[in-house]
Amino acid sequence: MGYEIKLDIFEGPLDLLLYLIRKNEIDIYNIPMAVITDQYLQHLEVMKSLNLDLAGEYLVMASTLVHIKSRMLLPTETDPEEDEEDPRADLVRQLLEYQAFKEAALNLDRRLLLGRDVFKREVQPELETLSGEEEELVEISVFELVEAFQRMAAGLPREEIMEIETEKLSLSDMINEIMEKLSEAKDLSFMDLLGESPTRKKIIYTLLALLELMKIRLVRAFQSGPFGPIRIFPAVEEWNGRSQGDH
Amino acid sequence: MEDLKAIIETLLFASDVPLGVDRIRDIVGEAERADIVRVLADLRQEYGERRGGFELCEVASGWQFRTRPDLSPWIKKMKGLKPSMLSPAALETLAVIAYRQPVVKADIDRVRGVDVSGTLRGLLDKKLVRMLGRKDVPGKPIMYGTTRKFLEVFNLKDLSELPTLRELKELQE
Repeated sequence: MGYEIKLDIFEGPLDLLLYLIRKNEIDIYNIPMAVITDQYLQHLEVMKSLNLDLAGEYLVMASTLVHIKSRMLLPTETDPEEDEEDPRADLVRQLLEYQAFKEAALNLDRRLLLGRDVFKREVQPELETLSGEEEELVEISVFELVEAFQRMAAGLPREEIMEIETEKLSLSDMINEIMEKLSEAKDLSFMDLLGESPTRKKIIYTLLALLELMKIRLVRAFQSGPFGPIRIFPAVEEWNGRSQGDH
Repeated sequence: MEDLKAIIETLLFASDVPLGVDRIRDIVGEAERADIVRVLADLRQEYGERRGGFELCEVASGWQFRTRPDLSPWIKKMKGLKPSMLSPAALETLAVIAYRQPVVKADIDRVRGVDVSGTLRGLLDKKLVRMLGRKDVPGKPIMYGTTRKFLEVFNLKDLSELPTLRELKELQE
């Protein structure tokens, strides 16, 4: 027995089943499971032999079909009075639902599509919105902060000469310095904190101090979009007063 | 009021998106809604009677100048466009979302019988579909719905303009 095998790409197992039902002019409410299961499996074989990428869903459907087929072969033991549901009922419901949406998809495609059947004027973005885009601030995590640090560190020239520094930076000094600057400026960017031509050491200490301050929730960091400048804000207002009082 | 007509026409000409009556009223100021609606209808009729290169269309709860469908071959020639924009898989996924929204991905998968992750991402990228929020069930899956751009692209005034699935079935039979 030769079957005609269609090799167009199907949209999925349901699509393939609908195709087989249409091709065999089968009543969808009374599917001959043996015929459909055989043809379905044959299509799968051909698709496999051609190394078509066979999605797992096709195999799941194959097992569903075989399962329904076997259930229909078994004699029903239930009370004949009780109406047992047709083993095919679920599948039929699924096929009908899919068919409805397939039709809805075709109907969408028949509409006058913008960019295909009809066109609108292409308005150029105004010059103003191009240049003066408003910055939108989003709260960022420690990871973005670390990234910013890495960008800074990567931009530093690597010095060959080793230098022994006597000046010692301490973390608590750096924390105080940052809070001091913040109390004056209200908000600062990571770059502002580093100042002009920072040393590798200064960058590291600034980062560590910021991480510590974020951890104890004395500052909050915001960034305007990916790779945007990171801005540091004091988290609590009264800190201003306290830090000013300290001096 | 001839002025109002000219103002509305100029707004429609310069706008990138369909303009709704409310938006026009915000801009124009003292005009009555009914007057704006009447002017829009007048303009549509004028452009329709003129049989020119474009017409005034009601789309996505607004109004927009669009080219006449029968002239599209010329525009395609100018732009060198490819004929189709959405694959059958994308259209099917879009249809399920349009009719079932708000809908979670698992339901779209079930209806189509395949995993729709890829097509769904494509539709999100094209801004035809958006996330509406999370469904209050275990796992809090994301719910999807269609966008205003979907209405614009598919030439729909609003979602109610889509025929129901039952109507489509009757048409088919």
